[in-house]
Amino acid sequence: MSQPNPVNTFLLEAGDLLGQIEEIVLDVDAASPDPEDINRLFRAFHTIKGSGAMFGFDDVAAFTHHVETALDQVREGSLKLSSELLEVVLAAKDQIKTLLDAAQGEAAVVPGSGEKIIEELAALTGHGGATAATSTPAAAKPAAADVLPRQTFRIRFRPDRALMVSGTNPVSLLNELRELGECTVVAKTDAIPPLGEIQADQIYFSWEITLTTGRGQNAIKDVFIFVEDGSELSIEPVAALPIPDEPRKTAPEPTLAEAARFGDLAPAGRASALKKPPTKDATVRVPSEKLDRLVNLVGELVMNQSRLSQVASRFNEADLDVPVEEIERLVSELRDSVLGIRMMPIGTTFNRFKRLVHDLSTELGKEIHLVTEGAETELDKTVLDQLGDPLVHLIRNSLDHGIEAVDVREQRGKPRQGTIRLAAVHTGSNVVVTIQDDGQGLDTAAIRAKAVEKKLATPDANLSEKEVFNLIFLPGFSTAKAITSVSGRGVGMDVVKRQIDALRGTVSIASEVGKGTTISLTLPLTLAIIDGLLVEIGDDQFIVPMSVVTENVELRRSDRARNNGRNVVAVRGDLIPYIHLREMFGQEEGEPEIEKIVIVRHEDQRVGLVDDRVLGSHQTVIQSLSRFYRNIEIVSGATIMGDGRVALILDLAGVVRSAATISKQLQEISV
Amino acid sequence: MSTVINETAQYITFKLGGELFAINVGQVREVLEISQITRVPTAPGYMRGVVNVRGRAIPVVDLRMKFGLPKASDTVNSRVVVMELELDGETTVVGGIADSVHEVIELEPGQINPPPRIAMRWRTELIQGMGRRGDEFIIILDIAAVFSSDDIALVESATEAAAAT
Repeated sequence: MSQPNPVNTFLLEAGDLLGQIEEIVLDVDAASPDPEDINRLFRAFHTIKGSGAMFGFDDVAAFTHHVETALDQVREGSLKLSSELLEVVLAAKDQIKTLLDAAQGEAAVVPGSGEKIIEELAALTGHGGATAATSTPAAAKPAAADVLPRQTFRIRFRPDRALMVSGTNPVSLLNELRELGECTVVAKTDAIPPLGEIQADQIYFSWEITLTTGRGQNAIKDVFIFVEDGSELSIEPVAALPIPDEPRKTAPEPTLAEAARFGDLAPAGRASALKKPPTKDATVRVPSEKLDRLVNLVGELVMNQSRLSQVASRFNEADLDVPVEEIERLVSELRDSVLGIRMMPIGTTFNRFKRLVHDLSTELGKEIHLVTEGAETELDKTVLDQLGDPLVHLIRNSLDHGIEAVDVREQRGKPRQGTIRLAAVHTGSNVVVTIQDDGQGLDTAAIRAKAVEKKLATPDANLSEKEVFNLIFLPGFSTAKAITSVSGRGVGMDVVKRQIDALRGTVSIASEVGKGTTISLTLPLTLAIIDGLLVEIGDDQFIVPMSVVTENVELRRSDRARNNGRNVVAVRGDLIPYIHLREMFGQEEGEPEIEKIVIVRHEDQRVGLVDDRVLGSHQTVIQSLSRFYRNIEIVSGATIMGDGRVALILDLAGVVRSAATISKQLQEISV
Repeated sequence: MSTVINETAQYITFKLGGELFAINVGQVREVLEISQITRVPTAPGYMRGVVNVRGRAIPVVDLRMKFGLPKASDTVNSRVVVMELELDGETTVVGGIADSVHEVIELEPGQINPPPRIAMRWRTELIQGMGRRGDEFIIILDIAAVFSSDDIALVESATEAAAAT
């Protein structure tokens, strides 16, 4: 196995921390901040500074130091948090990102941008910018900034043996501890193996440290922040005991007397503290290619398992059936777990938008508040990755076209501050993401006029409100009167629609003039494997996504004739229109006497799909159809069946659209 | 515009309606016998369907129809040439049905002439050059260009008809 490159790990972590910083800054209330938020903010910058310096990003460390200093003052209460300060912190976060990107050759640093931020910080903190800029990060931390009552802690630290491989020297950690207060360090040598087994790059020592400090437990935790993973660390406060003055240096060997004294300090806690490291939700970072490969393998496994089941059913051998059934269960569990790994909360995407709304509303001179709900809702990573762009577009639209300027809002008796609500919620095997604004709503007359002007609709077309709204999804449609930097170049909603279609999702709009607009995106949980219903038409097999199927009924040829050629069927008193797939696919011969109708839900109504036979449910591993079939709207993908044949996955929306086009053409011919 | 061939390369030759064509072997992944092809309803006629090639659903194109040649039914000699092409910067695998697949030959640049500008049945921009094998001419195709567009006939007359619309 290859060692992960520690620099990459740092960059990944820094990216996470920067995201965290942004989230906190945008959430925190400048007037009465939660002290824990400030602590988290401080710690995030502190970590970036520390690991930055460790991995040679000295410019990052030097720059971050200034922010850290300011936040430290806020933490101690000597500086008051203000929205100006938060703005600077946000700018600093961007600057750090640029510095990191620049180090990888992905961006260029604007000369002087960092200095400007430092000056702004200095102005806010009341410190001389010039002197701060020259001080080095290491020397900066005042050793005795006691803010809490002095307290004694017992720290046990057994580093990860491979700690030095990742570039950390434990001695520097111990030195950092010494800066916090009076400190006694005792090295434990019990784990040192015989000489022959010693590897030069491994650490076999552990340390017991007694520290009396006024900086609190958090400051100690900060020291160990980069090495917690894989190390055993326990920090416990000790009941106040007079600690004899010790020379500030590492005791070369623990003396018997010292060991005994440690025993006295916390006799009860000792055994348990050493037994296990502090429990913490361990997370593992895995490159997404590895995950994709795993999903592909599971896909193939599912495919082969269904082939195996098919063969086994032919043999009808009990000895074979039992293990085959067991494998079926295991594979299905494996599939769920593997797909579960790829599920990620949508909140990470939502956080991006807080910043977007913050920046854009300032730019547009509007006051807009973004409310997010259901950030914990999980979606497949591949879906999530492709959801960002359409969402950016929709939110920009709401900001720019939806929510009115402040004075207009006041005239209309609305609160000055507009609200955009971004919510995600599970419904069955779908996730519905809604973007709701309390702006001016869609003007149906304006849309209609625009569509006529652009020759996208005829002036006399009799369109329902829903149909009018759907006009904005047509290519080349844009109602923005002026092109702004935010939105409106006519490449908008049609792109959004295409992107959502590509994710097998649907878009719908609801709007009320003066009240606001709600756009709902319905997305599948995953793109990789779905439950499908296998149906047969002639010799061809098709998959209907199980998520839309409600029931199956029979259709006799005699029933068809009775309805005067209208394609409707009565199901328990309700008339349901159906689409005769055989006719649509142009297969005239071999129509069976009794056909099957699979009733599916489509946009709030039920539609029947007529096929020859229903073969049963099928675990469908979706393969996308190649670019050669991108214009075929009735099929959304293909899957390989157990017997090696290819079955096509029906795209319900496409089938319905296509059926509507065909019937329209038929009408025109008959007229 | 066709690329100038200036290196010795290997080509795989196949027949369509009596004419001998060649594609660079670098673009061919494998040659298969025709197995069960799943038809994709509502697709244009030259798209024959999809086949399972080692667990992947690969689209299959009827090269005769794609090139604007008269339709013919498959025979025992018919083969699917599975090609891996770079189309719009995206690697795409596609199968093409040929009447028969012959051999792999090596042609030096000297053996290949640029496509003649006149008196050609074929559209020159889709042809890299004309090779010669004994008495026979071999049309070396720019196969990526052929598949880059959704609907091209290789035969010149069809182009004129398309240009007129």
